Amino acid sequence: MSKRYNFAAVLSAVVLICCGALILGQRVNAAGEGKITGTVKLDGPAPHMKGIDMGKDPFCSKAHATDPGHLETYVVGANGGMANVVLYISEGLTAATATPSAVPVFDQKNCMYTPHVLALDVDQKFKVTTSDQTTHNIHPLPNPMTGNIPWNQSQPPGAAAVEKSWKAAEVIPVQCNIHPWMHGWFVVVKGPYATTDSDGAYTISNVPPGSYTVTAWQEAAGTQTQKVTVAAGAAGTANFTFKAK
Amino acid sequence: MQRNNLRKWSLLLGAAAIVALPMPSWAQLTQYDLETRMGTESHVGNITGHAKDAKADYRRYCVVCHGTLGDGNGESFPWVDPKPRDFQLGVFKCRSTPTGTLPTDQDLFDTIARGLDRSNMPQWSTFTKQERADLVAWVKHFSPRWANEKPGTPITIPPEPEVTAERIKAGRDVFARVQCWKCHGVQGMANGPSASTLTDDLGRPIQPFNFTDGSRPKCGDTDRDIYRIFMTGLDGTPMPSFADNIKPDEAWDLVFYLRTFMSQHSKEKAIAKQLGLKPVDPNAPAGQQ
Repeated sequence: MSKRYNFAAVLSAVVLICCGALILGQRVNAAGEGKITGTVKLDGPAPHMKGIDMGKDPFCSKAHATDPGHLETYVVGANGGMANVVLYISEGLTAATATPSAVPVFDQKNCMYTPHVLALDVDQKFKVTTSDQTTHNIHPLPNPMTGNIPWNQSQPPGAAAVEKSWKAAEVIPVQCNIHPWMHGWFVVVKGPYATTDSDGAYTISNVPPGSYTVTAWQEAAGTQTQKVTVAAGAAGTANFTFKAK
Repeated sequence: MQRNNLRKWSLLLGAAAIVALPMPSWAQLTQYDLETRMGTESHVGNITGHAKDAKADYRRYCVVCHGTLGDGNGESFPWVDPKPRDFQLGVFKCRSTPTGTLPTDQDLFDTIARGLDRSNMPQWSTFTKQERADLVAWVKHFSPRWANEKPGTPITIPPEPEVTAERIKAGRDVFARVQCWKCHGVQGMANGPSASTLTDDLGRPIQPFNFTDGSRPKCGDTDRDIYRIFMTGLDGTPMPSFADNIKPDEAWDLVFYLRTFMSQHSKEKAIAKQLGLKPVDPNAPAGQQ
């Protein structure tokens, strides 16, 4: 008899402690989310980016009459800071994070992709728009084995935005078959992420306190990782230096 | 005794390492995965197809191109062009469903019967309907997509209207507006400015359809087939879906205009000749002809 009571007492104590921990835990999260900041630089001179001949499409070549288009494999600022690098937490996230409600835009402008690299969370919605007076087809090429399914839609001048999302984390190339130089990336990751600006600076926000591995992805230079610790309400730092390949 | 034990264990460990090391480099799908999906079924009309019943037919007629694992890597792979379909990817050209969705069982059933013009895929009209339905189930069992997804909802095709001169002229406007000529050329001769640079999803060169040389569209040559082709797109190829940008009524106009390019005699061709229709001007600003 007394054994049974003991068991009940222990059980209710455990339940109480668990509930308390859950509530406290939530409070800590709400009050003290940290962030990860840093800069991504390229070691050495910026590689030459080839020019693009858009002569086959009068609209595209006219749009670039004064500012010739060139490849965007490496976009390097004056101080060596590298744009279009995606940073995300590859290890250490203990709980699922909310999918961002922001709907980023991937625009086809002057026969180039703006931005060249679009980072997204799994299931995050994004919009593909066109600002051009020429027909594009937007054709992402994920590996169907991941759960992401390739599709291919036309966007003639004035076409409505195409709204989509991706089911799984994957680096997905995207291309326009009509303008074969148009090449960009959807970098789909699980959890918080950031993309570097033109100076190579980035901030991953909404990071719960903890120890993490941060991965930096660059389309040609590859990936690098670093360990970072984030304290409640504070910022961890991770700077990366890539060598051009 | 102890030495013996040690030797036994090190042998066992070594053997385990040899077995474990190559594991990460194995193909994503193995014979085992396929065995687990042997119960796959297809439903075409009132016929139910069973994957397990198609094993013999597949081995006899299909395996030489499509391969034992359905990855399109059969013995004939190096010699045929276009390359055999990789069924593991679950991506198909000929669908009644929107781009990015699985085809219906009926779509696969029709493709087997129709064959694919200008490829090594013949018309398999020799199979009975039951055998074809079984083969559809067999094709499905190669891809994990069917375990996780349902086929898309087929697009709605309104009844075909009467061909008129107005409709053919309107179709010419659609052809100019959505710029079909960028790949297919202003006279449908597959010589548009982007034609020479096209590649399929696996990076292999591919040609746009030439309307003028007498060949049949790969996904069927009825008016409804042509309507369906540009409204769903041919997944795995550069041909996109125009469903968001061409209204159903306009789509019929475009079908009639495309018919005027084709070498076969048609009412459309006669009307175009009477009208003296000129090809669209590739240098006109978008939307103006």
